[in-house]
Amino acid sequence: MALKIVKGSIDRMFDKNLQDLVRGIRNHKDDEAKYISTCIDEIKQELKQDNIAVKANAVCKLTYLQMLGYDVSWAAFNIVEVMSSSKFTYKRIGYLAASQCFHESTDVIMLTTNQIRKDLSSPNQYDTGVALTGLSCFVTPDLARDLANDIMTLMSHTKPYIRKKAVLIMYKVFLKYPESLRPAFPRLKEKLEDPDPGVQSAAVNVICELARRNPKNYLSLAPLFFKLMTSSTNNWVLIKIIKLFGALTPLEPRLGKKLIEPLTNLIHSTSAMSLLYECVNTVILCVQKLRILIEDSDQNLKYLGLLAMSKILKTHPKSVQSHKDLILQCLDDKDESIRLRALDLLYGMVSKKNLMEIVKKLMLHVDKAEGTTYRDELLTKIIDICSQSNYQYITNFEWYISILVELTRLEGTRHGHLIASQMLDVAIRVKAIRAFAVAQMATLLDNAHLLTGNTQRNGICEVLYAAAWICGEFSEHLENPAQTLEAMLRPKVATLPGHIQAVYVQNTAKLFATILKSQEGNADGTTSEETTQLMIDRLPLFVQSANLEVQERASCILQLVKYIQKLQQKDVEVAEEVSALFAGELNPVAPKAQKKVPVPEGLDLDAWINEPPSESESEDEQPKAIFTKEEPKHSRPRHTEVDEKELAKRREARKQEQANNPFYIKASPSSQKVYQDAPGVEHIPVVQIDLSVPLKVPGLPMSDQYVKLEEERRQKERAEKKKKEKKKRKEKRSGRGKKHDSGPESEEDITPAHMVDIVTEEMPENALPSDEDDKDPNDPHKALDIDLDKPLADSEKLPVRSHRAAEALKSPVEDAEAENAGPQESKKKSSKDKKEKKKDKDRKVDAGNLITSTDLLHLVSLTDGFLFFVCDIQGNLQDGSQVVVSVIFENKCSSFLKSMEFNVLDSLNSKLQRPEGSGPHDGLTVPFQLPPGVSNEARFVFTVQSIVMPQKLKGTLTFIVKNEDSSTHEKLDFKLHFTCTSYLITTPCYSDAFAKLLESGDLKSSSIRLEGVNMPFHHLLARICFHHHFSVVERIDSCASMYSRSIQGHHVCLLVKTSAQTVSIDAKCDEPTLLGNVLDEIKQTFSQC
Amino acid sequence: MIKAILIFNNHGKPRLSKFYEHYNEDTEQQIIRETFHLVSKRDENVCNFLEGGMLIGGSDYKLIYRHYATLYFVFCVDSSESELGILDLIQVFVETLDKCFENVCELDLIFHVDKVHNILAEMVMGGMVLETNMNEIITQVDAQNKMEKAETFIFQSTRQDR
Repeated sequence: MALKIVKGSIDRMFDKNLQDLVRGIRNHKDDEAKYISTCIDEIKQELKQDNIAVKANAVCKLTYLQMLGYDVSWAAFNIVEVMSSSKFTYKRIGYLAASQCFHESTDVIMLTTNQIRKDLSSPNQYDTGVALTGLSCFVTPDLARDLANDIMTLMSHTKPYIRKKAVLIMYKVFLKYPESLRPAFPRLKEKLEDPDPGVQSAAVNVICELARRNPKNYLSLAPLFFKLMTSSTNNWVLIKIIKLFGALTPLEPRLGKKLIEPLTNLIHSTSAMSLLYECVNTVILCVQKLRILIEDSDQNLKYLGLLAMSKILKTHPKSVQSHKDLILQCLDDKDESIRLRALDLLYGMVSKKNLMEIVKKLMLHVDKAEGTTYRDELLTKIIDICSQSNYQYITNFEWYISILVELTRLEGTRHGHLIASQMLDVAIRVKAIRAFAVAQMATLLDNAHLLTGNTQRNGICEVLYAAAWICGEFSEHLENPAQTLEAMLRPKVATLPGHIQAVYVQNTAKLFATILKSQEGNADGTTSEETTQLMIDRLPLFVQSANLEVQERASCILQLVKYIQKLQQKDVEVAEEVSALFAGELNPVAPKAQKKVPVPEGLDLDAWINEPPSESESEDEQPKAIFTKEEPKHSRPRHTEVDEKELAKRREARKQEQANNPFYIKASPSSQKVYQDAPGVEHIPVVQIDLSVPLKVPGLPMSDQYVKLEEERRQKERAEKKKKEKKKRKEKRSGRGKKHDSGPESEEDITPAHMVDIVTEEMPENALPSDEDDKDPNDPHKALDIDLDKPLADSEKLPVRSHRAAEALKSPVEDAEAENAGPQESKKKSSKDKKEKKKDKDRKVDAGNLITSTDLLHLVSLTDGFLFFVCDIQGNLQDGSQVVVSVIFENKCSSFLKSMEFNVLDSLNSKLQRPEGSGPHDGLTVPFQLPPGVSNEARFVFTVQSIVMPQKLKGTLTFIVKNEDSSTHEKLDFKLHFTCTSYLITTPCYSDAFAKLLESGDLKSSSIRLEGVNMPFHHLLARICFHHHFSVVERIDSCASMYSRSIQGHHVCLLVKTSAQTVSIDAKCDEPTLLGNVLDEIKQTFSQC
Repeated sequence: MIKAILIFNNHGKPRLSKFYEHYNEDTEQQIIRETFHLVSKRDENVCNFLEGGMLIGGSDYKLIYRHYATLYFVFCVDSSESELGILDLIQVFVETLDKCFENVCELDLIFHVDKVHNILAEMVMGGMVLETNMNEIITQVDAQNKMEKAETFIFQSTRQDR
């Protein structure tokens, strides 16, 4: 014995400790991974040893490796072992490791409940402290529920060290177990006035966190906090309280007035900048003070000043706008954080008046900016600023288009698509601007090589997508459509990405139609014919494209053009018909429109229309289809001859079809008429555009021109207004005196340069009004929105340990314990005494722990002094009359257990299957013996005739306990509870099969209601699935259908609905008795929680 | 709430990582790398706040950091924390380390990361600030170290007895 220990300690001297490991890693810079993997092997060896010091050392090293990115979850059980060491040194190592690598899905956590409880009540305050710290990192809903009461007790501990930790951890407990908030709140409130400043600070901390999410529930605490604010000297606490008031004041306006005085006092008296900042941040009236912050040379204060400004901006935009100069200055700052903050502010500061100026400044920055990320950020900000609230601040869209065009000259931006979508949006929605936009886009297309020249600029070529589409769609505005058409058919286009080429091809057809139409009146048809020839010459390039979309559109259009050429040669007028192909206007559709279309009654979008194809089928067929499709593509497209009548007929039919098709966006009758009757542009509310402005001024970015023009225009307007006013004043000289001052013009004074008609986005008829899109249903703080002023009800007490233990034993073998107690009590006591002497100190897990875990696993468990006994009852799917009971025996004492015999008193319905030749009352020998601490599993098969009723079978287990000197015969009585649930087998079911089953009418129905079930719906479902072997067929919001099948083939269908705290379960089954019993069992499951 | 506390050196080698929210090991390493990348490219005389970072971040979160000699101390916090308050807290943390290690340097953190964790545990618990008073923190850390020493002493003496 002694030798062994000496040997152990010598071994240990050669073990690596953390420092050695770190040193080793530093010495193996070249093959670090290899070195660490050998170290992990060593650690695995060390963990196998019994010595807790060795284990702790190993766990300590693992914690370090975890930081380096190695997964150490495999050692979770060893960590638990180290946590349960009685020595503080090791315990601390264990808890640290657990806090670094345990999380909610670590399964060994449930083994720790009792250990943590023990540590929490340890006489040593540091044991408790370490446990609280660890728990704060890995608390789970189960731990929170089980330990809430213990932690609450600790909130009144004598040592402030424990009190503050207990108070702080309550926040985590509330998050995981919201039911604990109401019962714990009075005590938490008490702690706000704790004599110890640390505890007080912790309580303030917790309440601030809670109140931040749901401020209205904490209004009643305002007086208390007010008192604290005037009395406390701890800056940290003050900051938190002031932050809290910041959240409360919007809800209670009177509070604001009351706060002004103490806050001003603080602002004037404090030397701590952090406190000053928070005060200023709360009293958002001190813009002037903020200016001082921003002008400060300290970058941190500058940043915070800007941050606070953005908050003020939301409520008092005017007062911030006067500091525009300062904020624009910040854009020049070398610090990116500050620049971004300033940008953010600008977004809120723009008005009709200053938009152009601000954007001009931003454009300058775009040119100067280094680093693509910042430049991209600038670009998106410019677009955001301009497009915000439906282009509210843009007075001149020509200017905006030219800004967009200028932006396309940016190198290497990722936001080409953003610019493109803006161009499209403006061109579609602002009708008046189309002519201008088309001209600009045509120039862009003409100079496409500038955009695509460099592959690095790839992002920007997205703009061409917009340009091509705009030119095509609004081609009637083009000055020289033929030139644009030529630009769009250049061979270089073939190097663009596929989706852009496709748009090019499609829009050449539109341009073609326009050109034909414009040439129609001409006696000399050469232009049309030349255009047709151009199309026929250039399109084949696209027909060969590798992109399917391009190829398809190109070959389609090519055929069309060839046909038109034929007609042209016969001198047939085709323009009308060709342009009819593209008649009608596309209206913008709101992004949420699809979502808002109400689902017609009786339409189930999730239901299969046809039987779902089996997987094997689709796999077989797919390759075939690919081959057959590919074949004709290599051959030249076939020429199909269709005579004109046929074509017209088809066209007519198509129009008819479109007219009847509700999903086709119909052209409004007016616009269609316009296309047919009036080829001109008079129908568009175009404003006279002053074309004296050259489109491009060499050397000067053109948007600047607009800024100047705008200035002039405004001045003119102002002058005119003044004249008018003067007139007015002259008329009413005796009036009220000087009311209209000639000071800075107000917002409303600026009239837009163009009467702009911004088309609103279309929404489907009877769209559902809903603003629920933004809420996040997964926010854990939602559950904490609890009224705290209501008095506590009796039912709201926190679960107390004794109560839970009783509950655990009330599991199906409820009576076993009681029956055990009688005749064996004396014997048990004596053996217990004996046992206690020999009690193994390093016993891995004590029984209490396992009871909690098995309770969770819904197993039948039973323990006495010697033996731990867990069993799981499962139906046998293969044989409808068999039930398999798996029993795990674990030897809990230090003696040897042998000759175990398992026997059950058969009932008429259920019989234990015994080997042939044995009598009906003989027991079955368990085929193994158990050395101390060992567990093993045995299975017993029962034959059951009827499964519609639950039943209990009495049984006994006899065994011999063998010590070194003596052996005794022991007996353990138990009851096996065959619930109806245990006859059910989780069987997946498709929703269509499920629907058929319900329709068949063979099923009897029944229903129950569960009141006061306070858990998320998915937990509820999971519980039913887990405990009662159901599977979810379909789930829609708070309603789900579930299915299970018994071993004898009974179908059990459930429809579970929940509203508020009430759960209603409508059930159907072909066997009403079975159904009734299953429902009772479900009810019981939920009554226990 | 504090979401994470990271310490790494000028080359991005982690010296301490404490996440108050669960991430798997790979994501943790990515976060450390990304944070290092963001923080290290900033000049010395710019502000100590940083918005952004894809992994750890979101609109409400901020990185608040300080750079001391060879080490970066980075706190990732949400809007319930006061920015300047956290900067002060980092200062308190570093001063506490300085007291506990007597002129702390990077090597102390390298070899005694467990001790750094223990000190941190007295300041921040589960993502919430527990104590800001340096003397109180040092008292508690010392008391626990004394306990540890007493235990190892008993342990060693019993070993020698046998």
